[in-house]
Amino acid sequence: MKFKDRESLYRHLYRTMKTIRYFELGIDQQYKLNIVRGAAHLCLGEEAIAAGVCAVLEKEDYIMTTHRGHGHLLAKGSDPRFMMAELLGRETGYCKGKGGSMHISDYSVGVLAANGIVGGGIPIATGAGLAVKMKGLPNIVTCFFGDGAVCQGNFHEAMNMAAAWKLPVLFVCENNQFAISTRTSKVLAPEKISDLAAAYGMESIQIDGNDVMQVYETAERFKKGILAGEGPKFIEAFTFRLAGHYIGDDENYRDKGDTKKQWSNEPIVRFEKWLEANCPALLPELQAIDAEESEAMQAAIAEAVAAPEPSVDIIYDDLFTHSAAWERRNVNEKDYNQAGN
Amino acid sequence: MRKITTRQAINETLSYQMEKDDNVFMMGEDIAFYGGSLKVTAGMFDRFGGERVRDTPLSESAIIGAGVGAAMMGMRPVVELTYIDFSFVSMDQILNQAAKWQYMTAGNIKIPLVIRTQGGGYRGNGSQHSQSLEAFFTHIPGLVVCMPSTPFDFAGLLNSAVEDDNPVMFIEHKLLYNVRGAFPDKGEQVRIPFGCADIKRAGSDITIVAYSYMVHKTLAAARLLEEQGISAEVIDPRTLNPLDYDTIMQSVEKTGRAMVVAEAHENGSFAKQIAHRISEEHFGRLKAPVKCVGALNVPIPYAKSLEDHMLPDEGNIVACAKEIMAYGQAAG
Repeated sequence: MKFKDRESLYRHLYRTMKTIRYFELGIDQQYKLNIVRGAAHLCLGEEAIAAGVCAVLEKEDYIMTTHRGHGHLLAKGSDPRFMMAELLGRETGYCKGKGGSMHISDYSVGVLAANGIVGGGIPIATGAGLAVKMKGLPNIVTCFFGDGAVCQGNFHEAMNMAAAWKLPVLFVCENNQFAISTRTSKVLAPEKISDLAAAYGMESIQIDGNDVMQVYETAERFKKGILAGEGPKFIEAFTFRLAGHYIGDDENYRDKGDTKKQWSNEPIVRFEKWLEANCPALLPELQAIDAEESEAMQAAIAEAVAAPEPSVDIIYDDLFTHSAAWERRNVNEKDYNQAGN
Repeated sequence: MRKITTRQAINETLSYQMEKDDNVFMMGEDIAFYGGSLKVTAGMFDRFGGERVRDTPLSESAIIGAGVGAAMMGMRPVVELTYIDFSFVSMDQILNQAAKWQYMTAGNIKIPLVIRTQGGGYRGNGSQHSQSLEAFFTHIPGLVVCMPSTPFDFAGLLNSAVEDDNPVMFIEHKLLYNVRGAFPDKGEQVRIPFGCADIKRAGSDITIVAYSYMVHKTLAAARLLEEQGISAEVIDPRTLNPLDYDTIMQSVEKTGRAMVVAEAHENGSFAKQIAHRISEEHFGRLKAPVKCVGALNVPIPYAKSLEDHMLPDEGNIVACAKEIMAYGQAAG
């Protein structure tokens, strides 16, 4: 994304984080009213990673994300109204209600998909990177995933392949320290997740994922390097999952007092402090941005709640695309010589 | 017309598709300089180079996953799983990724991916290199499953698979690579649609549905049955999903008797799916129960005596047909 000056960048980052925050809080509210079904996985506390990385990307810099992907989708430019509708299972949603929270795709802003299988998107991102390289496009592919995913076989296969083939992929690991109830530090062999990437021979760094400016600057530097042909790169963005794994998680595996303390380190509060020190001129605008995003989200919720569920008539739609290979005609070697066979 | 092997048919068809469309490329283990473990892609590396005929690391899940990702970006990958027995290393990418994205996103995403693989026994390769696993893939909505039996059918379905925008599981058979069959002259291309069965042998007494290598064993069995006065109609579905039930049902209307032959283990075999559909739709008109021929439910052993015993052969097919023909003739 291009910004005409630093202040525009800061405004964008702040607004993006607020959009994500209000979206997630809105989902939480709708879930507790039983309007959102199944499971929803909130990224409260991780907004800076989505905002900071996606601000560096152009539309054709595609991203892959995860079950905890609402933030990445919004930061990339997806419309919260259609995302809200999708989570509410309405026909006006991005996937006409067929995908739900974990399976949203939006090519129009450069999102390949969110993925419900932990680590499932990493090889896919590697393949997208392969396509970018084969087509000679001036783009990168960004793959978001969590600390849980780095223990998956898919992670290792895909990282190795991307590094061996020098593919233009930016791997971003949101280490929010928990894989559902398991503290990652207890089940991970290396000290730092970024050490794993270094083992595959790619440039790798661990940063403070709650510092949106550090996220932005690191992503910008890495993107430049990838486009210059340096091969894939890896950012471990260290953060903390403020919400439970899913809405309704009683979080009995961690101390509620500790979690409460972590709120004082959350990215929006951190950025406000940073702006106070580095760009105080912007401070008066922040309240207005906050109010606008809050209102916009309420409107999106109202619109989604009012929309209809998809009709059962669409149940078989898009199971297959019906091209010439689906037009019934008998073809046998005996009568081969007819034209058109 | 000329006669070529299945191996040549696949090689010619892949080469034609690679020539025609720059978006088509191939990935797999040992497919480049080595020409493939079963030499199916021989010569293609020389012709198209290592970018488009690409050797991969030994990473089945990343191979299929990278195929999914490249397909999402508009390429038309043809990826290879050296043995279908290894497909489960990458099963998530096939089941939960390739097959589902188009539906889950209401058509926003397309996955024009072809996964070529091969299975089958009879060669002493042991239980982890000899399996027939098509049942697992037919159970996945959203995945086209092709399992042709002759060079002509291989070429026709492979052309359709590469040109089609849906994910296709293209299951070859190691014993079919050397089988020869009638084939158009060089430069002429065949296209066979999905869901289009082929009557490999016309008959009037009993309908035998068979696919892949079993088509050849069934045709041999049909010749033996003919000598015993039984006229078998052999139907090769060619694609298992979508499956051409119409052609099968028309045949059963005519014969009133049916059986299904598959190389796979009998328990949970896809043959049972076909057999049950026939029973469901023709119950009142059938002259006998619909039966299946399949492998015994043991992992495929290495010793020839054991492997030959547990995999289907012409004798099993003939015996099953005769049981069906004899049904209702009072015993004693």
